Amino acid sequence: MTDSGSEDLSNEPPIIFYKHRPEWDDVTPVPQDDGPNPIVAIAYSELFQDVHDYFRAVLKSGEKSERALQLTDDALDLNPANYTVWQYRREILKHLEKDLQEELTYVRGVIERNAKNYQVWHHRRVIVEWLQDPSHELELTEAILSRDDKNYHAWEHRQWVIRTFKLYDNELEYVDRLLTEDIRNNSAWNQRYFVLNNTSNFPADIIDREILYTIAKIKKVTNNESAWNYLRGVLERSDYGICENSVVKQFCEDLYASGNRSPYLLGFMVEMCEEQIEKGAGDSFYNLEQAVRLCDSLAKEYDTVRKEYWNYIARCLTNKRNSHCNNGSSKALIEEMNSAASDGTIVTSVDE
Amino acid sequence: MTTNARCIEALGCERFDEENCSTKTSEEQIKVEESVEELFQLFSKKLTIDINAPSLYRGKHVSYLKKCLFYLPNSYECLDASRPWLCYWILHSLELLEETLDAEDRSKIALFIGRCQSPDGGFGGGPGQHPHLAPTYAAVNALCTLGTEEAFSIINRETLQKFLWSVRCANGSFQMHVGGEEDIRGVYCALSVARLTNIYCDKLFENSAKWIISCQTYEGGFAGCPGLEAHGGYAFCGLAALCLLGKEHLCDIRGLLRWVAHRQMRFEGGFQGRTNKLVDGCYSFWQGGAFPLLHKALADEDSTCVSTNWLFHQEALQEYILICCQNSLGGLLDKPGKPRDIYHTCYTLSGLSVAQHCFAGQEKIVGGLQNELARVHPLYNISQEAYINASKFFYNLPPL
Repeated sequence: MTDSGSEDLSNEPPIIFYKHRPEWDDVTPVPQDDGPNPIVAIAYSELFQDVHDYFRAVLKSGEKSERALQLTDDALDLNPANYTVWQYRREILKHLEKDLQEELTYVRGVIERNAKNYQVWHHRRVIVEWLQDPSHELELTEAILSRDDKNYHAWEHRQWVIRTFKLYDNELEYVDRLLTEDIRNNSAWNQRYFVLNNTSNFPADIIDREILYTIAKIKKVTNNESAWNYLRGVLERSDYGICENSVVKQFCEDLYASGNRSPYLLGFMVEMCEEQIEKGAGDSFYNLEQAVRLCDSLAKEYDTVRKEYWNYIARCLTNKRNSHCNNGSSKALIEEMNSAASDGTIVTSVDE
Repeated sequence: MTTNARCIEALGCERFDEENCSTKTSEEQIKVEESVEELFQLFSKKLTIDINAPSLYRGKHVSYLKKCLFYLPNSYECLDASRPWLCYWILHSLELLEETLDAEDRSKIALFIGRCQSPDGGFGGGPGQHPHLAPTYAAVNALCTLGTEEAFSIINRETLQKFLWSVRCANGSFQMHVGGEEDIRGVYCALSVARLTNIYCDKLFENSAKWIISCQTYEGGFAGCPGLEAHGGYAFCGLAALCLLGKEHLCDIRGLLRWVAHRQMRFEGGFQGRTNKLVDGCYSFWQGGAFPLLHKALADEDSTCVSTNWLFHQEALQEYILICCQNSLGGLLDKPGKPRDIYHTCYTLSGLSVAQHCFAGQEKIVGGLQNELARVHPLYNISQEAYINASKFFYNLPPL
């Protein structure tokens, strides 16, 4: 196809500037007042300038009419981030008592073209609030998320509509579908937590179910931080903390014994040790020595970019134990551990 | 003190492991790592002939920023409602690069920002636009960076406080503008300007700490609103806002530390904004800037545990910025292959400054001392010097 051919296909009407439209003759455009020395002056196109000159005029006169509404369309088309225009558009909609279903259709188009923009989603939310009609919102957010499954604004809108209108029913299935598509989609994991957090108090049966669900996902991809974070998040809601669940404990020990050295597994084991130390329990496996060894192997081998962090965690754990112990015999051990934690002389890994 | 680079040859083992399960997330991650790897290899060769590599293209960045200060192409039309931001990003970047503007230009800029101030108080995105918390934050930071009495005096503190009251919600959160959206940026912007200009009062921020804490997620970071996903930009706002309230200990500091420490990418060295997302130069500050704040909070708990370094890999971050985020014509960017812009220029440089400076005498400057930037004040993200000057001015004024 030739260039001229593709031009013929476009149905765009030619642009007529507002300053050339007879029906706007009665309005005096208001130029931008940047003063004598404009700073960060944007080289506006003639169209941008024309539309905004007339928008400023309308804002100033307070005109709330059909043509003013149309003008906000044009301004928002050129810059959908102009919150002043959106705010004024809402005033016009109210004043003219416009059909808000039409407005929903309009804003959907704007969202589809500008899905990463605060103002467009906020406008959508206000219109849905006015209408008290959430019936299109799950489908809309699903459509946007199908193109960008981590779009923060879409998730925010979806959570708002689910929370406000109690639309939790099929959400876990949706999340499950997304996680089947991409097991690493952290937004979907977060949504799973959101649903359970708002529909339950994490009773024991749900915690058990979620543990099995998450463990199955970790078995597939052991380096998936999203799943590990979710596992911890769920366990923290149980009455027993992260270390007391025998299924999780066994899972971690088996994974470790199989030779897996995912930094998230090792980090999780550090936290299990920490919990035991805090409880003063410290069994034969989850204790200070083990924690320091794990931190050390993370700092030196498995997670070197976080060496400062892991060394810090080791120092904290050692200090914490120090403050728990008073008798002389353990003091010697503690001092030994201290120096090991700070200069990293303990290199033995746990499987030896 | 100058410091060496990470060993490029040894970084191979840090590459992403798909574990035979390829998904959109892993495919995108691997693509980014390939583009970063290419630049690391080039750098490795350069290092054999230039021991000062990687160098900061200071002069180029200054020229780029100075040009943008007066003229921006029409691709910036989408930021027509963010002009005080444009001023702040440029002025703060120049300040970090230790480039001073002449008095006449400083005066012009201050007067222009003054034109964005609303008669109702606060600043709008441009002259005649409604006041909004984000450009208000940017305008105050920009004026403080200018640091002249003329600039400080532009700010109408009485109406600014009225504006803050007009966007405050009963639950302690803030709307971005009257009738606008409500999220954690709002409370941070409000607190930042209130503290800087000495118009803070307890009542204005009643319940705010509680609301901010409700945004901390099971991952440890903060979300924009309760229930959403932990995110670097919002996490910075949440933590900095709590610090500005003196209530950082009410949140789960250790959980936040774990989350933010894990946002540094093992191969690239830069930060991602959320779990399993891609590295982006701007998070050098949003995530990196949290570490000085966390350091203080942790030292308050137990000073014997914290060291003289921040709890992230300062050299790795500097390498990512210097090797992967510089446009050779000036300006910085998100990741290799992306265009330069002044937002990324501001936040990569801010992050670079954080990564260079821990405690006095403990600087870690990758690529040699000529790369050193001015220090930032991590609560406000203006320079330390600008913060001190602004404090002197505003704290000599009577409280409202």
